Amino acid sequence: MKILLFILMFLPVLALGAEVEYSLVIRNHVFEPSEIRVPAKQKIRLIVKNQDATPEEFESHELNREKVIPAGATVKILIGPLAPGRYPFVGEFHEATARGTVIAE
Amino acid sequence: MLGSAIIVFREVFEAALIIGIIAAATKHLEGRSRWLAIGISSGIAGSLLVAFLAEWIAGLAEGVGQELLNAGILGLAALMLAWHNIWMARHGIQLAQDAQALGRELNDGSKEMSALGLVVALCILREGSETVLFLHGLLAGNEETTSSVLVGGALGLGLGVATGIALYGGFTKIPVRWFFAATSGLILVLAAAMASQMAKFLAQADLLPTLAMPVWDSSWLLPNGSPVAAFLRILVGYDAQPLGIQALFYAATVILIIVGMRACSPARRIASAD
Repeated sequence: MKILLFILMFLPVLALGAEVEYSLVIRNHVFEPSEIRVPAKQKIRLIVKNQDATPEEFESHELNREKVIPAGATVKILIGPLAPGRYPFVGEFHEATARGTVIAE
Repeated sequence: MLGSAIIVFREVFEAALIIGIIAAATKHLEGRSRWLAIGISSGIAGSLLVAFLAEWIAGLAEGVGQELLNAGILGLAALMLAWHNIWMARHGIQLAQDAQALGRELNDGSKEMSALGLVVALCILREGSETVLFLHGLLAGNEETTSSVLVGGALGLGLGVATGIALYGGFTKIPVRWFFAATSGLILVLAAAMASQMAKFLAQADLLPTLAMPVWDSSWLLPNGSPVAAFLRILVGYDAQPLGIQALFYAATVILIIVGMRACSPARRIASAD
């Protein structure tokens, strides 16, 4: 069953083709994983799931993105194509703990 | 407490700055206070509604509902500001010469103010809904006591409003001779800044190409996170790493409004009549 779910989980990726998906989870106002390595010069789809009971705002000046993620919700954030480099992002509502970096290479 | 004060201040400041400019630019118009009050109160009511519907909005249009809503709010506000400037260009020369007489003469001043009341409502809607979500989250998450959240929120709100009033005071001190040019200049760049933000949200929703990412990078000089950059971002649309599409929308808005103002100014109409 778990294997089947695992395979099903990756079906959308196949369907999308050109865009690569990466998943992030917000738990206790911390991004997991806090570092994501992505290919440069390619469109990336970040799937961010907020498991906290409070809303968060994904914000990155470097990625030029801001998006509210309601409590318990999952949102898609399209980024890139990126030049190789480090792109920090924060959860604006809990900036002290919610920090992460996208590394394009 | 400090956390909630800072976030609330940041959001309130954005709206207060724009409202300060609008209030100063329309100080000669009749019915201004009433329309500002209507704009502010409907903006606050709208913020509560949008915050309440946040999850539903986020799920709309295949997950880009939030981007579309933001783009729509910004686009409509930019359009209203553009219309205001063109309208002022038609009446502005008399305005500088005899503001009091104009106030009595104009019958459509109220219609004009309703457009700016809408801009005020839209600005508050955009900043306010985030503030409501944030404060509600703090309360629901039991991270801080209710009184600490409320005191912090009130502190941020008070500081933001005070800054807006101070800026308004500054703008109204502009001598009458330059007043029209200065306020329509401010509103022109404000509209362009909103159009560029709208383009950013549409690019984020993948409905517009980014064109170049970024066009330039002035992060070394004035990074986006710094207070000065935040101030300039609201006022003139500064971005340390703008997308090509943002620059394009910015320039197109400036050009279109200037062309509209020129075409409608009385001097031009008299000249073309001869």
